[in-house]
Amino acid sequence: MEEILRVEHLTKVYENGILANDNVSISVNRGEIHAICGENGAGKSTLMKVLFGLEQPEQGDIFVKGEPVRIQSPSAAIKLGIGMVHQHFMLVDRLTVAENVVLGNEPRRGILIDREAACRVTEELGRKYNLEVDPTALVADISVGLKQRVEIIKALLRGAEILILDEPTAVLTSQETRELFEELRHLRDAGHTILFISHKLDEVKALCNRVTIMRGGRTLGTYELEGLSKSDISRMMVGRDVVLKIEKEPASPGAVELSVRGVEYWSELGKKMIDGVSFDVRRGEILCIAGVEGNGQRELVELITGLRSGGAGSAKLRGTELLGRPIRAARKLGMAHIPSDRMVYGVASSQSVKFNILAGKVEDARYTGKLLFRDRAIDRDMEALARAYTVKCTSADQTVGMLSGGNIQKVVVAREMSQEATLLVADQPTRGIDVGAAEFIRRRIVEMRDAGVAILLITADLNEALELSDSIVILHGGKVVAYFADTRALTEEEMGYYMLGVKSQTPEEVEGAVHAS
Amino acid sequence: MSAFFEAVGNVAFAAQILRVATPILLAALGATIASQAGCLNMGLEGIMLFAALTGVYVSSMTQNASWGAWAGLLAALAVGALLGALLAYLVLHLKTDATLAGVAINVIGSNATVFLMYVWTGSPGTSASQKSYVLPTVSIPVIRDIPVVGTVFSGQNVVTYMAFALVAALAFFLYRTPLGLRIRGVGLNPGAADSVGINVVGVKYLAYVLSGVLAAMGGAFMSMGYVSWFARDMTAGRGFIALAAQAMGRSTPVGSMLSSIFFGFTMALSNSMQSLSIPFELIEAMPYACTILALSAYAYQQTRKKKQSSGG
Ligand SMILES: Nc1ncnc2c1ncn2[C@@H]1O[C@H](COP(=O)(O)OP(=O)(O)O)[C@@H](O)[C@H]1O
Ligand SMILES: [Mg+2]
Repeated sequence: MEEILRVEHLTKVYENGILANDNVSISVNRGEIHAICGENGAGKSTLMKVLFGLEQPEQGDIFVKGEPVRIQSPSAAIKLGIGMVHQHFMLVDRLTVAENVVLGNEPRRGILIDREAACRVTEELGRKYNLEVDPTALVADISVGLKQRVEIIKALLRGAEILILDEPTAVLTSQETRELFEELRHLRDAGHTILFISHKLDEVKALCNRVTIMRGGRTLGTYELEGLSKSDISRMMVGRDVVLKIEKEPASPGAVELSVRGVEYWSELGKKMIDGVSFDVRRGEILCIAGVEGNGQRELVELITGLRSGGAGSAKLRGTELLGRPIRAARKLGMAHIPSDRMVYGVASSQSVKFNILAGKVEDARYTGKLLFRDRAIDRDMEALARAYTVKCTSADQTVGMLSGGNIQKVVVAREMSQEATLLVADQPTRGIDVGAAEFIRRRIVEMRDAGVAILLITADLNEALELSDSIVILHGGKVVAYFADTRALTEEEMGYYMLGVKSQTPEEVEGAVHAS
Repeated sequence: MSAFFEAVGNVAFAAQILRVATPILLAALGATIASQAGCLNMGLEGIMLFAALTGVYVSSMTQNASWGAWAGLLAALAVGALLGALLAYLVLHLKTDATLAGVAINVIGSNATVFLMYVWTGSPGTSASQKSYVLPTVSIPVIRDIPVVGTVFSGQNVVTYMAFALVAALAFFLYRTPLGLRIRGVGLNPGAADSVGINVVGVKYLAYVLSGVLAAMGGAFMSMGYVSWFARDMTAGRGFIALAAQAMGRSTPVGSMLSSIFFGFTMALSNSMQSLSIPFELIEAMPYACTILALSAYAYQQTRKKKQSSGG
């Protein structure tokens, strides 16, 4: 076995201080399909971006065919024979397939583009590697699977021997996925090397020769897939070093507050992202929706909170339909929402702490008179809220954008939790913030639960899911695959099996998420 | 009403449309190439003014009736290229907002040209006191002898022919050459262009410079096509009408040509109707009113498109 690519002791720290790759080492052989598996945030994409010259590492060595190299740009990577199929396709929709394939490397006839030659090379590569696609079609008109083919052809035309595919199946239907696998096997047999990133263990088992597992920015090791079971991989992926503990009494759930029935949703690309999801959230309980990113939870929470329109089914808050209604209507009914993207949906970062907290209460007669704001009341109460939620700021007039991530999140939490809500949707409430702020927010969530609020928690952090929530719904492929009424007996390992599609419950068990009202 | 048809129905009117459309068309082609590369050139008006003054000044300095006007034209184009590069530098390197940078060039163009003209001629209104030269008209053999057609298509200024030839040239450049493909690639998806090693900033620079040159040709036509002097603000908003023409023409050379001819028609019409007993101001305002209508229609269509693509 000849080694084609080796990475040694590679470290990558992003500007915001996140250590995304921590002493990563990996060795890839020529002519293999090498899987890289790891949870969200494990650092897989970062490693691939470094290999393709999109990010520069702080430390570490990269060797291609035994030679030490520095990969400073995508063009440098291309010269070294490394190609990448981006998760978000780098294609120009309004140009033809052939034009996209040759863009930047145009065949010429005199001063003109040789269009026939462009079509010919596209077809020839297509035939050679079983990647056929009509060169004269407009990229905007072809399916996602074909777009991916065009990306592969582009990389091959530029001489890629090592092909990186970052979660290529996330956007594909199962038919398209099967075709992609055929194509990739074909490429491997023709001597190419493929780095394949996926969370889907079935796919990894079916396609790959070896797998490297990443966790928390580190590589745990590389294993032959033969003799390795899906549960082995899953256990290595989710294993945890530190365990978070939250003090809370067992829940005593009351009446159903939010009732979700048969929700379905299709992406713009026609992929079914949510497939008949039903569950209830009761007062005084924290229900967590868990799943690997891309399995429908993003779309589901955006539908419920009104950030996204479309879809079918129903989501009722105390009997009133939420889907297709304006966000304001839902808030009036008593929904509060901590959005996952705090900078986009959570705060107006150029405004003061005071106004960001006030934003949810502008219709409150305490703060708004007939014509003008009641400044004194606003100053007094917003200042008090900022203090109660331990927002570290010089004064409530400070601009939110100047605060740290944890404190910005506390501003969001202060606004949403002081809303007199009966349902709180907390979407990744502690993602990317410091431990202190995270603990504070978790404690508040438990306090709200104890006060009888229904809480819908969405988190990618398994530890948080297990420790904070009372019951859990697990989504896989847009479907509910498991419901656990009590999380105390559940382990991360067990959760991992369901999240990664290794196991799924019977329809009767899943029914448990729907309570008789 | 019969006077209206008399004004519009005669052959000279058709010839006038082409003449009036010429500077708009050239500036609209400038806007088109910028837009194809994903750039906004709001400074067309200012570039046209600088070019118009430069052309008159250089041609006057040569004191040469045979090639003085050509020297003026070349100098005007060079100034256009420089201003295009300046705009590119402001937008691409200093990250100035493209609209503001363009407006700045327009404001400077409007005032600096008056100041420079005053320094040169001692008059703040026009440069007519200084002798300058006009670019020649072209009489086309055979065609000039055909009735009607000859009156319209022969005897136009050489720049008018160049403008229409440039429509074809630009279409050919954008859709048939490697560089044209790269310009369109950069305009449609800069990320994709970057990922295949295209120098995105370089391509945008080039588009701004070419855009400046085309607008400058339109400006030079204003001061050296039929008259041989510069007057303050003589472009009178043609740089903005050109943006409307480009937008209405969906940023294609041929589309820009068709909408430029439409604007040429409205301007020629307002010229002809000044003999009628309609208030002068109303007639003067007509081409601009048409511009507003056209831009509103365009903006409406754009917002709808945006809504569709961002929906869901
Ligand atoms: N451009 C970036 N700037 C700052 N942090 C980033 C950036 N990209 C990723 N991260 C962070 O780096 C970590 C690893 O991310 P990533 O490599 O995308 O993981 P994976 O692909 O395994 O899900 C995450 O914590 C993520 O939030
Ligand atoms: Mg990733």
